[in-house]
Amino acid sequence: MKNLFGLLLSLVLGAFIILALNNTAAFPAFGEVDLADRVSEQYFTDGNVAEVGSANIVTAIVVGYRGFDTLGEVTVLFISALGVAIIFGEKKQERLDLKFKPNFMLRVGSRVLFGMILITSIYIIFHGHLTPGGGFPGGAIIASAVLLLYLTDDRFRSNVKGFKILEGIAGSLFVVIGLLGLVLVTSFLQNFLPAGTVGDLLSAGIIPIIYVLIGLKVGSEISGIVDNFLTEEESA
Amino acid sequence: MIQYAAIILFVFGLYGLFTNRNVIKMIVSLNVMEVGLNIFIISIGFTYDGIAPILSSTTANGLLYVDPLPQALVLTAIVIGVGTTALGLAIAKSIHKTYNTFDLDEMGDKE
Amino acid sequence: MTLFDIVSLVVGALLLVIAFLAINAKKLINSVLFLSALSMLAVVSFVLLKAPDVAITEAVIGSGLVTALFIFTLLSVRKEETK
Repeated sequence: MKNLFGLLLSLVLGAFIILALNNTAAFPAFGEVDLADRVSEQYFTDGNVAEVGSANIVTAIVVGYRGFDTLGEVTVLFISALGVAIIFGEKKQERLDLKFKPNFMLRVGSRVLFGMILITSIYIIFHGHLTPGGGFPGGAIIASAVLLLYLTDDRFRSNVKGFKILEGIAGSLFVVIGLLGLVLVTSFLQNFLPAGTVGDLLSAGIIPIIYVLIGLKVGSEISGIVDNFLTEEESA
Repeated sequence: MIQYAAIILFVFGLYGLFTNRNVIKMIVSLNVMEVGLNIFIISIGFTYDGIAPILSSTTANGLLYVDPLPQALVLTAIVIGVGTTALGLAIAKSIHKTYNTFDLDEMGDKE
Repeated sequence: MTLFDIVSLVVGALLLVIAFLAINAKKLINSVLFLSALSMLAVVSFVLLKAPDVAITEAVIGSGLVTALFIFTLLSVRKEETK
């Protein structure tokens, strides 16, 4: 009975969504969007591209035009990591036992793989303004490399204090760079370095610097969450 | 076509949230809803024969690009999603510690 | 009917089937694994919709880290129950 009611309610809601979006002038059909009607068109004009200097327009939006949103988003991630740490408590010391003893080959091989994954993530972070990628996926790849070490080594624990310090420094530098834009130019997070040629590695002003900081912050936060999930209270 | 699939995914997630009484299943349903919403928001900016919004030296001017703004919004939404999922799982784990079950109906009136 | 239409039709149908299985699976671990497969299919659809940035992020986070967090929760709970 309850299931039937839920099914009906969700079906009615889905029908409403489809009916409301069908054949309205404000919502064009799939694949027939005209960019000239949208805000996004001005991101592609020659003057704006030369001013920002980032070949990847998505990166230009995330860090350049909407950098303040990104600062808030990083804060949300920080608060959720803090919430996980508070719920799990402080007194946990022992690692979760995986009931499996890794042998020598697995341990050494995973160390080698860890280096390769770390290099990939650094490449992805540094080329965020040229190719797909950037700070968010790069940070997540750092965290998955740490996760690999956790899974293959039963004694491994990341130095949690080091990650916390790294995260704090990255977050503060983000705000400091934003304030420098406010002082040196006119507004918060404005670009105060030369934009350079579009397509060069050292171009786009402050965008690569901020993306590196975001990558460090996201990577250390998600690694901290993984560490919290893999520890438990000392068995009394 | 993929737009309809995204809307139906969202409705599926909502149905799972209504009917499941298990905390872990509810978090899974929330994730299904999130995937549907992300695909839908991306599909708003799609144009046929548009290319990905990355400038390169080989492409001349006057090309058609897809809308980059929804992609930027979804990029941050995915990373927030992992934070909220982790927080929900932490709460589910502490619920299990108190009540020894994940099921909302079996928790009863235990203090 | 172009290739894009055919591929998006197949991907959309698979998305719906796997979402149904993820929500209605009996065992919790199956549900979590179907969620991982759903994320992988979402990556395919992001690539179809010309969003490579989002596809990379979803591939790392959706099918790697979130699945790992779910499985660690289930693992620690099972360990508590057998104790």
